[in-house]
Amino acid sequence: MSIFTKILQYIFTGLTIGSIFAMVGLGFNIIYNATDIINFAQGEFVMIGGMVMVSLTKGMNIPMIPAFFLTIIIVAIVGILLERLAINPLSNPSIITIIIITIGASIVFKGLAMLIWGKDTFILPAFTGETPINVGGAVIIPQSIWVLGITLLVVACLAVFFEKTLLGKAMRACATNRKAASLMGINVNRMVMLSFALSAAIGAVSGVIITPISLMDYHRGTMLAIKGFAAAILGGLGSGAGAVIAGFLIGIMESMGAGFISSGYKDAIALVVLLLVLFIKPTGLMGKSELR
Amino acid sequence: MLKLVSVSTYYGAIQALKGVSIHIKKGEIVTLIGANGAGKTTTLNTISGLLHPKKGQIFFQDMEITRFSPERIVSLGISQAPEGRQIFATMSVMDNLLLGSYHRYKRKTRRQIQQDMDVIFELFPVLKERIKQKAGTLSGGEQQMLAIGRAFMSRPKILLLDEPSMGLAPLVIKEIFSKIKALRDEGATILLVEQNAKAALNIADRGYVIETGKVVFQETTEKLKENKEVQRAYLGKGYKEVWE
Repeated sequence: MSIFTKILQYIFTGLTIGSIFAMVGLGFNIIYNATDIINFAQGEFVMIGGMVMVSLTKGMNIPMIPAFFLTIIIVAIVGILLERLAINPLSNPSIITIIIITIGASIVFKGLAMLIWGKDTFILPAFTGETPINVGGAVIIPQSIWVLGITLLVVACLAVFFEKTLLGKAMRACATNRKAASLMGINVNRMVMLSFALSAAIGAVSGVIITPISLMDYHRGTMLAIKGFAAAILGGLGSGAGAVIAGFLIGIMESMGAGFISSGYKDAIALVVLLLVLFIKPTGLMGKSELR
Repeated sequence: MLKLVSVSTYYGAIQALKGVSIHIKKGEIVTLIGANGAGKTTTLNTISGLLHPKKGQIFFQDMEITRFSPERIVSLGISQAPEGRQIFATMSVMDNLLLGSYHRYKRKTRRQIQQDMDVIFELFPVLKERIKQKAGTLSGGEQQMLAIGRAFMSRPKILLLDEPSMGLAPLVIKEIFSKIKALRDEGATILLVEQNAKAALNIADRGYVIETGKVVFQETTEKLKENKEVQRAYLGKGYKEVWE
């Protein structure tokens, strides 16, 4: 394998896994924008998404497409329950309290997942076949194309939602000015709930599409949350476009690092990026100039 | 139309309103003047449902609305252009106005909303020129026009304006106040909170003076303007000897 094909191969791998970081990063941003909360249970939504899909398709023999949408709905409900039961009842909590709550929630989700699904690793069949496609000497598996395509579709849908629909605009209004939003007759409370549902749904989508490639088990969520968080920070907290670009970047860096240095350091790369960004440019690539 | 009956509002243990009673009749401009920290904004936020009073009642068209949520109050027809304008800075002028109509936005009402927007563009032509611009890039006066326009987009039966003169040049204040008067002449009912008592008394029908959470005077504007205490404290009269 020439160095060129190697690099190309790492880029394909990086884009695939980077898609998931991008989506987790987007999930962080949606909740952050609507509420100022960093929801560290975001990675758990991905894990639950993958696991629920496994149960629905393998345990209950539901065909893939209805199971996909059912999974999204179930995980969105989990997101709503998290917000209603753990976050909404607090009046005027500090941000740090809420962050601790979301970390606690992620541990609870992990524990419940272990009780429900056990410690086994699960896999889903690829959506359309397993025959790799040869591109310039490097190979790309069909599922990678699904992952990339669905990620871009999700990003596009979110952009339309936030830019074109009144509901999306109302959510952005809550993000820019809560008090004014409430004076416009926007139910801020409901928008917060909706932001959790939306983030959870996006997490579910990424869980379903990545499980055929990277498998899924009960403790996969934590690392995904950390890497998605790194993507959100590198992109600039609150910036959707930033999170997507940064997610791909971190994915590529990770696969390059794994390939050229050692796969043992794979997980460290996102963390190094996270630390460097926080030291050098805390506002990230596309963040607003001021950070709260 | 709107009536507050000895309303007391607290911030934690601090009592900001100590039994405020005011009323506004249909078609009036009523002004609430007072110094910083007198409780003007607190009064408006209590009416809007952002704060809930500990004691007292608020009635709107003979219905008690004391503990209603802000969104319910907006949909009943009470809309506020808050202090410091509070526009959605990262969004376009158009989106700001659209969000003003949030509570009544449906496919069926779209045309009506468009018409209301045209009414606002007629009143504030500069907003039409800036329709695609980000609201944060507007000048202070334009932002104030946008804030008023946005509040007006909910088709309020009563409009609450919190210090529309804040931070604006005298000429701009004059323009905005003449527009507020124009709104009234078209049938709007307005509660105007102001520190700039002179400007407010020039366009209002009646006024209340509020001091440390209590209403101390309530009169027609003519009588308020003649009131020695009001002249001294809010209109800067009676100090001639200092200047001459």
